[in-house]
Amino acid sequence: MAELIIFLGFALILIGAAIGVIVARNPVHSVMFLVLTFFTSAILWLMLEAEFLAMTLVLVYVGAVMVLFLFVIMMLDIDTTTMRSHFMRYAPVGIFVAGISIAEIWSVVWLRSQGLPVQAKPEAAPADYSNTRALGEVLYTEHVYAFELASFVLLLAIIATIVLTMRRRPGLKVQDISSQVGVRSTDRVRIVKMKAEKD
Amino acid sequence: MLTLTHFLMLSGALFAISIAGIFINRKNMILLLMCIELLLLSANFNFIAFSHFLGNVDGQVFVFFILTVAAAEAAIGLAILVVLFRTRASINVEDMDSMKG
Repeated sequence: MAELIIFLGFALILIGAAIGVIVARNPVHSVMFLVLTFFTSAILWLMLEAEFLAMTLVLVYVGAVMVLFLFVIMMLDIDTTTMRSHFMRYAPVGIFVAGISIAEIWSVVWLRSQGLPVQAKPEAAPADYSNTRALGEVLYTEHVYAFELASFVLLLAIIATIVLTMRRRPGLKVQDISSQVGVRSTDRVRIVKMKAEKD
Repeated sequence: MLTLTHFLMLSGALFAISIAGIFINRKNMILLLMCIELLLLSANFNFIAFSHFLGNVDGQVFVFFILTVAAAEAAIGLAILVVLFRTRASINVEDMDSMKG
């Protein structure tokens, strides 16, 4: 019972923060609400005994991705007033679609999950159980190819980001290494034969 | 008693909120990216809830990969955003109509 009360409290915070993300007028406030959403999700994941992923969510998402969002928002000078001018025009259709989808999802979940054998919450893991170890044991054996593909995706993201944002300014004085290496002495020095001048 | 249904309903609500956010903030590309992050988070919630209630750790491996792909997606999306702002001085989605689609 106490577990249910804790869950409901954090679920309310999660829903409130998610609504804050989409209705906040200032994008910086949206990012802050998103940080709150991720923190609350991490706590709920801890309740589901996914400790490693909860920590990863906080470290990677809040620590890296959200800071990246903040950097970009503060770097770009965004005019939020014109962005918000059509807020009320699209709000009804958005709420309508969200209401339909939430009703569909909830009805399906409610109807189909009644007779499921997975309803009961499993026993809590023993104190010496390590979620990180359990995850690593399958990650590096069964899913090792997917793991290597994931590292390739990250490499691709690094290269794509660098290539996209690299800028060549016109008129910038830089060395052209290949032409420096490939230069020949005949291109630089010209021997001129001429008569010595007498007087 | 806390059951699987509670977690599935929570993630469904999160999904619906992010769908509404995509409709409401359809002008601002940064907020669209943030709504996609919320959407992926709700998918991760499903995976972790099922992983816990079925006693199978494979669902958490999936969440691991989804987090990887989502981080890569956010990085590339923001890079495209920066390039777009540099050339157009705007991140309004309605200004990006040069392909006349």
